[in-house]
Amino acid sequence: MRSIRIGSGAGYSGDRIEPALELAEKGDIQYLVFECLGERTVALAQQARLKDPDGGFDPLLEARMHAVLPACAAKGIKIVTNMGAANPWAGARKIAEIARSMGLPKLKIAAVVGDDVLDACKNRDLPLIEIDGTIKTLGNRIVSANAYLGAEPIARALRGGADVVITGRASDPALFLAPMIDAFGWAMDDWEILGRGTVAGHLLECAGQITGGYFADPGYKDVEGLARLGFPIGEVSEDGSLVVTKVAGSGGAVTARTCKEQLLYEVHDPRKYLQPDVVADFSQVSVEEIGPDRVRVAGGGGTARPETLKVSVGYVDSYIGEGQISYAGPGAVARGRLALEIVRERLQFTGVRASELRFDLIGVDSLHGERLSAGHDPYEVRVRVTGRTENLVEAVRIGNEVETLYTNGPAGGGGAFKSARDVVAVASVLLPRELVTPSVRFVEA
Amino acid sequence: MVKLREIAHSRTGDKGNTSNISVIAYDARHYPALLAQVTSARVKAHFAELVGGEVVRYELPNISALNFVMDQTLGGGVTRSLALDAHGKALSSALLDLEIDIAPDDDDGRKP
Repeated sequence: MRSIRIGSGAGYSGDRIEPALELAEKGDIQYLVFECLGERTVALAQQARLKDPDGGFDPLLEARMHAVLPACAAKGIKIVTNMGAANPWAGARKIAEIARSMGLPKLKIAAVVGDDVLDACKNRDLPLIEIDGTIKTLGNRIVSANAYLGAEPIARALRGGADVVITGRASDPALFLAPMIDAFGWAMDDWEILGRGTVAGHLLECAGQITGGYFADPGYKDVEGLARLGFPIGEVSEDGSLVVTKVAGSGGAVTARTCKEQLLYEVHDPRKYLQPDVVADFSQVSVEEIGPDRVRVAGGGGTARPETLKVSVGYVDSYIGEGQISYAGPGAVARGRLALEIVRERLQFTGVRASELRFDLIGVDSLHGERLSAGHDPYEVRVRVTGRTENLVEAVRIGNEVETLYTNGPAGGGGAFKSARDVVAVASVLLPRELVTPSVRFVEA
Repeated sequence: MVKLREIAHSRTGDKGNTSNISVIAYDARHYPALLAQVTSARVKAHFAELVGGEVVRYELPNISALNFVMDQTLGGGVTRSLALDAHGKALSSALLDLEIDIAPDDDDGRKP
């Protein structure tokens, strides 16, 4: 039975770069996928594109391509990535330029475009699915609206001879499913096999999270070599069966346990993992260790794809101001609490307008609140006050009231820090799929 | 009584304002204890101050795992939360602090 090896070269936009080069050089892979697009990344990239029409793709695109293009070109490894963010066509031209500058002519780069559905969304008052309201309630604060595209246009680009395919918003597992469709010619209505491919894509999409990253817990789940964690390789066969592994000698581990944790990562109902191409079923998946760093995954399934596509709508939500300061030694917690009380009173007294405020003692209760954190006093604490405001001026005032604790607050406050920023948040709507028409554009190096 | 951490491992994921936490038995024979004692009501009570919505539990007997989906948990959504840990990544560690009753002669399967 035919099979392919797909490497996962990045699990998020800022991920380590050299594990991808290790995959390209030593992984014996035919495809290298980089998943680099978080929920709000497209919205932020759209703002960058408004400032520069040739911008709006991932800021690490150039660094990643410089690192892997020569090895991938030499070995004929095809690259698939969503680093196009808000401007895949500009990203494709940038990759072509890099290839030329590195003496790698004849590489064919494809951009998948058509995920930008801002106009279609603005013309329909669609309900928001996670928060109250509709598109209209967001008004002119909307920055971007991008539909999660499926594997079909990416597979089309690969079949068209692309060496590199760059997309904007696409479902993360679809970046992996597309190479399988390309290699095996799977039908786009074979729900069972598309479901299996989606299991594989889901397991691989977060890179190091299945090879021992986001996993180690000393004494319970020990992992060797996290400083040079190897990224995963999925060996996928024509029938959709999967073995997860990694480059021999790299750090980390692929075990039944790492695979189980990643299987459920960001999953809600395991019977209904909604994707543009299929509703995948993870509920019957089983895992089995078949060798060192080799885990067989079986039992995935699927049913017919949804009639709608999920759309991420980026909008300017609010501003957030923040300040922090540290206290140490005997009485550190008491002085930290006094500092919080002082800032709380100051924000009220000076009339800072905030719709939401938060007062944390880092080292004591900042993550899960007082009840779950009850215990012994730590040696040092860090005060953190943060609040949501309607404009930047008000946000700045929050950090100021923490910083002025230096000369006005409890004894021994040090290391004050303050920040204020605008918040581009993301909401979601569902758009009928016939309103989304992805297309593919090629450029040669 | 043992801490849940002794018999299970866990990972948190996030989507919008919803957090999901997996609880996976190290050994399949502790899965019934998870089923009986790590209920959605108990998880909701453990995170009472943090979870604003429902807690739904899904069961995955093939991998001896439970998946808890906690609605309205991430401070209005990862992209706008004021929380230090906006993604709720650290919630899994907090859940492993639950106490679990297992038979006294059933402790050799604890930990990996």
